[in-house]
Amino acid sequence: MRLRRGPTLSAYIWLSLGALYFIVPLFATLLFSLNKNSTGKCCTIASYTWVIHNGDFWHTLKISLLLAVETIVVSLLLFVPTIYWVHLKLPRLRPVIAFLALIPFVVPPIIMVIGLLKVYKGSPDWFYAKPWGFLVASYVILAFPYTFFSLDAGFRSIDVHTLTEASQSLGASWGTTLFKVILPNIRAAALSAAFLTLAVVLGEFTIANLSAFHTFPLFLQYVNETQAYPAAALTLMSFGLTWGAMLSLLLVGRKRGGSGGVFGGAR
Amino acid sequence: MFLFLPAGNVMLGAFNGKHGGWTIANVRLLFNHPYIDSYKTSIEVSGVTALLGGAVGLAVAYAALHERTPRWVRSVLTTFSGVAANFGGIPLAFAFIATLGSIGIVTAFLRDQLGFNIYLHGFNLFSKTGVEIVYLYFQLPLMVLVIAPAIDGLRREWREAASNLGASPWQFWRYVGLPVLMPSILGAIILLFGNAFAAYATAYGLTSGAVNLVPIQIGAYYSGNVLDNPHIAQAMAFGMFVVLALMMLIYIPLQRRAARWAK
Repeated sequence: MRLRRGPTLSAYIWLSLGALYFIVPLFATLLFSLNKNSTGKCCTIASYTWVIHNGDFWHTLKISLLLAVETIVVSLLLFVPTIYWVHLKLPRLRPVIAFLALIPFVVPPIIMVIGLLKVYKGSPDWFYAKPWGFLVASYVILAFPYTFFSLDAGFRSIDVHTLTEASQSLGASWGTTLFKVILPNIRAAALSAAFLTLAVVLGEFTIANLSAFHTFPLFLQYVNETQAYPAAALTLMSFGLTWGAMLSLLLVGRKRGGSGGVFGGAR
Repeated sequence: MFLFLPAGNVMLGAFNGKHGGWTIANVRLLFNHPYIDSYKTSIEVSGVTALLGGAVGLAVAYAALHERTPRWVRSVLTTFSGVAANFGGIPLAFAFIATLGSIGIVTAFLRDQLGFNIYLHGFNLFSKTGVEIVYLYFQLPLMVLVIAPAIDGLRREWREAASNLGASPWQFWRYVGLPVLMPSILGAIILLFGNAFAAYATAYGLTSGAVNLVPIQIGAYYSGNVLDNPHIAQAMAFGMFVVLALMMLIYIPLQRRAARWAK
């Protein structure tokens, strides 16, 4: 068999081109964020102090983080028992739910928000006019594919039937079975669902913008339009948040053995 | 599953909106100026980024997964792609403004150091080309993520078998490699197309709505800008839905075919 020599060289060319394409914008943003507001020259950390001393920054970041936590809690409360039940008793429903989970890919946020605004129009003020109600409901739907595919993989890797029978023959109730037996076994899956949801919610712009709730991405956009250099600092911080969530996800996934194709998020 | 009531309603809402008093006039309007133009722009941007992202992504993924490339390159690349495919929206748009915008770092570097002002030579980040460049930033890693398992599935034995039977590398690719990979590649490109087609926040952050994309138009209506007929936005959303649903219809059988060799 002939040894081929070509690919290694072209492989390195492709890889370095790819790497350049990804690193240059990040690096440029870093340089940009260090520029002085008055002169446009390097180097000062004024942009970062501006961000840290900005009340709106903390305010919107807090809103987004709280929204993320609430979305995660609601999603897990809703979907862990459901998917457990489907795996235990209704395995034939699984493909149907998997199909439903693809819907948010076909109906992107920009379409979804129109429908949601219409559907929820008649609902009471405490729900419709508050981010805690309307946005969380939207985000649970938006994050559903990620939650579902993570949890589904988790449930598939354990023996739901045996675990349930064992637990019940020892006299445990359904609640005890779910919380003390099933949940610890799918902890990694639940965690990766949570990190994905976190990344989705922290970056979500479309729905928040069109329903006029002031979340972190909206603050970012506002700064982008008004303050060039602090915006660069803020952009990097926001990338940092995404990095954090995704890297934690990959670490959790690695422990579970195999991370799978994880993609999507807010565009 | 109760939350699926709203989700189902969204679909119905799109249908209702389409008829807007039970007429198809709004949908027919879509095929006229200026609405058809946004579809053309959207489809062009999605098509270009899907094909370009697909081709380069394939090359990068193949380069990284090649037997003679060190292992660490591969794990760095997959980790990084996993993260970068999730970059997007407002921060990504601004990162590119800081890089290639009119006072961006790279723009300034080219102008001051090399004496070449790209803005005087027809380049503009806040245009269709600009949007395409930015979209590629998440399209490329997505391609790498989606196609990597398929490339991994190209078994080494096949190449060895082919070369034992006297096939040249070109013959291997022509008769074995590409036919096996083709469904995966096409599927991935469709996925990329849909991904770009649905993107809103990135284009909005970049141009504040100056580029005529379908999602931007829909958004413009809903954030209160003028569009005389309120149902037209819903009709446009419906049009988007049709395009994406079509993509899904092509994607699913391709996916099934691609799964044939995945063991």
